[in-house]
Amino acid sequence: MEAFVQHLTVFVLACFVGYQVVWKVTPALHTPLMSVTNAISGIIVVGAMLSLSPELSSAQTILAAIAIFVASINVAGGFLVTQRMLGMFRKK
Amino acid sequence: MVELAYLAAAVCFVLSLGGLSAPSTARRGNTLGIVGMAIALVATLPATQSLAAFAGALVVGGTIGAVLAKRVAMTAMPELVAILHSFVGLAAVLVGVAGYLAHPHGELDALRVIHLVECFLGVIIGSLTFTGSVIAFGKLKELIKSKPLVFPFRHGVNALLALLTLACLGWFVVAQAGLPLYLAMVLFGVLGVLLVMGIGGADMPVVVSMLNSYSGWAASATGFLLGNDLLIIVGALVGSSGAILSYIMCKAMNRSFVSVILGGFGAEASGPDDRAEAFSKKGVNRAGPEDVAEMLKSARSVIIVPGYGMAVAQAQHAVREMTELMQKNGTTVRFAIHPVAGRLPGHMNVLLAEANIPYPIVLEMDEINPDMVETDIVLVLGANDIVNPDALENPKSALAGMPVLEVWKAQTVVAVKRSLNPGFAGIDNPLYYRDNTLMLFGDARKMVDSLVAQLKGTVSH
Repeated sequence: MEAFVQHLTVFVLACFVGYQVVWKVTPALHTPLMSVTNAISGIIVVGAMLSLSPELSSAQTILAAIAIFVASINVAGGFLVTQRMLGMFRKK
Repeated sequence: MVELAYLAAAVCFVLSLGGLSAPSTARRGNTLGIVGMAIALVATLPATQSLAAFAGALVVGGTIGAVLAKRVAMTAMPELVAILHSFVGLAAVLVGVAGYLAHPHGELDALRVIHLVECFLGVIIGSLTFTGSVIAFGKLKELIKSKPLVFPFRHGVNALLALLTLACLGWFVVAQAGLPLYLAMVLFGVLGVLLVMGIGGADMPVVVSMLNSYSGWAASATGFLLGNDLLIIVGALVGSSGAILSYIMCKAMNRSFVSVILGGFGAEASGPDDRAEAFSKKGVNRAGPEDVAEMLKSARSVIIVPGYGMAVAQAQHAVREMTELMQKNGTTVRFAIHPVAGRLPGHMNVLLAEANIPYPIVLEMDEINPDMVETDIVLVLGANDIVNPDALENPKSALAGMPVLEVWKAQTVVAVKRSLNPGFAGIDNPLYYRDNTLMLFGDARKMVDSLVAQLKGTVSH
């Protein structure tokens, strides 16, 4: 129970941090904001890594491996497309 | 040690979002995001029980992601973002089910109940995000009709799906069986389909932002399931980011947040405009590209209002050329961006940046509206509802209350448009019938090209 309350604390505080930080993002960069959040929500790959079991053919490992596969598309695709977009914004 | 690495990664992610507060710091922000992800992956390696499965899936997925990122056209960003949301949803479902399979039974104490509820939430939020995003992708790619799907008792059906899911939760906790979990996954998947199917094409920016938010909550739920603070933090960051974007989009489109969440907004049909006769009697002022070019040559200040029509016509590079020619002439040229000018928050800014238009002359609606009065010419390119004076002047209009670019306050408005047919929302625009509005009928790309040709004529003299 105590562990749950701790996680809940972290969750609520992180929501506030997110709220503060995201309101400061300039509207001109809202599309890169979406693509970079796409990339960092690929962090779910960590959850999938922890769900792998040593048996390669177990249902659990197969599900987790598929999760790693799709989350990796997010990580690579999200960061690279954000980089590509940000490279286009120039001052002069 | 792992916890410390996760903390470092979380800090990197917060700074990565913080970097986006200005274009000058944004690239560093993205790099920090990559660093955070690398730290998180390396720190998790020791606890990974099958490195072969991990490495294989990572390499294949990473390669596909890299290719997608390299190939995607900037006009197709909404589709890419939508499909990436679906992947987070899918991953949350898979990790949730795997989490259940890892410990299918246990003594039913308070901890166990919390664990089961977390598992259940991860799976259903993931499932809704997945199917909703796939439908959004289909609509954006025009594989599915963009018209909202309306059927009787829609809200009743949605409520029934939610109630059945709640029943499944009770069943799942008491019986600790897989069936109610999978059943709920399907129910919420169907709900995701219905919610997004009920939303019209014009409202996609809100939907995509909302799914952005859901994908974050799905990641957070997975974090709770695994007791992993890093996932919880990142999910919360992404979830609140998507929620804020949805809020901004709702405001800019004059929609209520609640009706978006329930789905099926944007379906209200506006009846025929009773001013139609008066409008057609009055007629519009037509102009040709030569006339407009002459006016642009002598203008001191010009504001260009790009709409999605400009991007569809691929006119942005010609627009940049026209801008440079006018600047050489000594004209101040700026761009006015409405929050929903593109099909994604900030989309138009990216499309202009891609065409090498420098960002300091691209301004947001609130920054530039006060300057309209002192502007000689406003050139409206493929935009319609976002410059409709009805939003401010006609309380009966479907647009009433929506913030718009107040272009009619300028000396002269030139609207480039194919015909007088009402736009996406099917709403008449009295702007075109105003005395200070000139209509330049034709394809945006062709018209800008001919303006460029005319302007070149003088500049070289």
